[in-house]
Amino acid sequence: MLMRRAPQFKSSDITDFSVYLNRRSFMIGAATLALAPAAGEAAGPPVPPAGAPLKATRNPTFSRDEPPTKFENVTTYNNFYEFGVEKDDPARLAHTLKVRPWTVQVDGHVARSKTYDIDELIRLFPLEERVYALRCVEGWSMVIPWIGFPLAALLKRVEPTSQAKYVEFTTLHDPEQFPAQRKGFFSFSSLDWPYVEGLRLDEALHPLTLLTVGMYGQVLPNQDGAPVRIVVPWKYGFKSAKSIVRIRLVSEEPKTAWNKAAPREYGFYSNVNPLVDHPRWSQATERRIGEFRRRKTLMFNGYEDQVASLYAGMDLKKLY
Amino acid sequence: MTRKGRIALKVAVWVACLAPFAWLAYRLSTDGLIANPIDFATRTLGDWTLRLLLASLAVTPLRLLFGLSWPITLRRLLGLFAFFYACLHFSVWIVVDHFFDWPEMLADIVKRPYITVGFSALMLLIPLAATSTSAMVKRLGGANWRRLHRLIYVTAILGVVHYLWLAKVGVVGPYIYGGVLALLLGVRLWAAARRLSEKRRRRPVAAGAALPNANRARARAE
Repeated sequence: MLMRRAPQFKSSDITDFSVYLNRRSFMIGAATLALAPAAGEAAGPPVPPAGAPLKATRNPTFSRDEPPTKFENVTTYNNFYEFGVEKDDPARLAHTLKVRPWTVQVDGHVARSKTYDIDELIRLFPLEERVYALRCVEGWSMVIPWIGFPLAALLKRVEPTSQAKYVEFTTLHDPEQFPAQRKGFFSFSSLDWPYVEGLRLDEALHPLTLLTVGMYGQVLPNQDGAPVRIVVPWKYGFKSAKSIVRIRLVSEEPKTAWNKAAPREYGFYSNVNPLVDHPRWSQATERRIGEFRRRKTLMFNGYEDQVASLYAGMDLKKLY
Repeated sequence: MTRKGRIALKVAVWVACLAPFAWLAYRLSTDGLIANPIDFATRTLGDWTLRLLLASLAVTPLRLLFGLSWPITLRRLLGLFAFFYACLHFSVWIVVDHFFDWPEMLADIVKRPYITVGFSALMLLIPLAATSTSAMVKRLGGANWRRLHRLIYVTAILGVVHYLWLAKVGVVGPYIYGGVLALLLGVRLWAAARRLSEKRRRRPVAAGAALPNANRARARAE
């Protein structure tokens, strides 16, 4: 697998956490979390809830040397349909999500299936900070310093059998915590619940695929997919499932939420590809949040060197 | 309605129609919390275009259903403000989204159906705005003017379809606008159907000032 040479990177380029966090966004963060004594250390008392500091080591091999998007934008402009279909719904309503207790069931075609408590899962492997680009299918993008560890490490630990061809991710389904999942006269369900996503096994094992528990030096805010999500930076954002409760190794391609909702528009692969338009709009350009002019979308969101080999010989117009 | 009342009403409507624009300008200049201000501006302007269009289309139903005739004095104002917001909405797209990249915009208009219908709707609004004055009504003549301005029905439908075709699955807005539009057009259809059936019933009697005997003879012949 071709690894891009680590970009030139100085420790002085790391922007202080405090720079991102101005008082207003701190208030937003404080309002969405239960105040608990800050712990921070990986080995020790339970990891604190959303908003509290999370220690991680920057991994320069997988980090873009682009300035990260402002924290307050990343926490107020979200697509998280479980809370509602508007961009400001998740930030407004995310306080209903209870991130403790939380378990992640890892099963399917594996030799050692296990249900992990979230605090146990976070401690399994050393936490890395990676600055990834995230491109939404709608045509906007952000640069986010995520914190987590490669999904490959977890998958190898549970030992997939030879029948495992795909990995299926399931998001929490709980109308009590997710307002938009409630049935009611005026509730129009946008997607089938629970939210299901999936990756081919080699995509899931790719070093870029990150099992993510934090961002910007702190635990994931609820509206960004707390307490654990995946980030697959070379695919459109909806593939990076949030608030995961189950990871299952399967032999059939999973039926993913957006593919079920609009099969002609959202395929299983959904790799970022400026040459393959969405049926209704172009994917050639994107708006980087925080920038004024649009910019050209890069093949595989700029991760072409690292992932193109996964799709060698595939017709990406057909397998969109 | 008194003259003072009419003026007060027009002033109130002017203020109400300009308020969303003022509010948008205010929010864009002061609120740092808007992550995607261009998208926010485009959507807000588009929303108000549709709302004002529907408001102008509600004038006739108010007369048909409730016998209210004073709203007619507001219809041109509402229609022109809808055009105002439509132009702003389009300008944001030209200037800010594409920054005068004419070839790319032309390609968009041709290739993206939702932009095609949106652009067409705007184009249809232009002759309507241009002929909105009383002088124009006189010049065209009432019947011709009325026929031309029926284009507003097509425009409103194109506007709703434009929104429907760009919105992701799950967004409810286009359906609400569509529902209201269907209602407002439906009232007209209902009224037209009623007029037609009344005309059919009255035709033998209403055919000019005929002699009573002739009328009775005709009625007997039915």
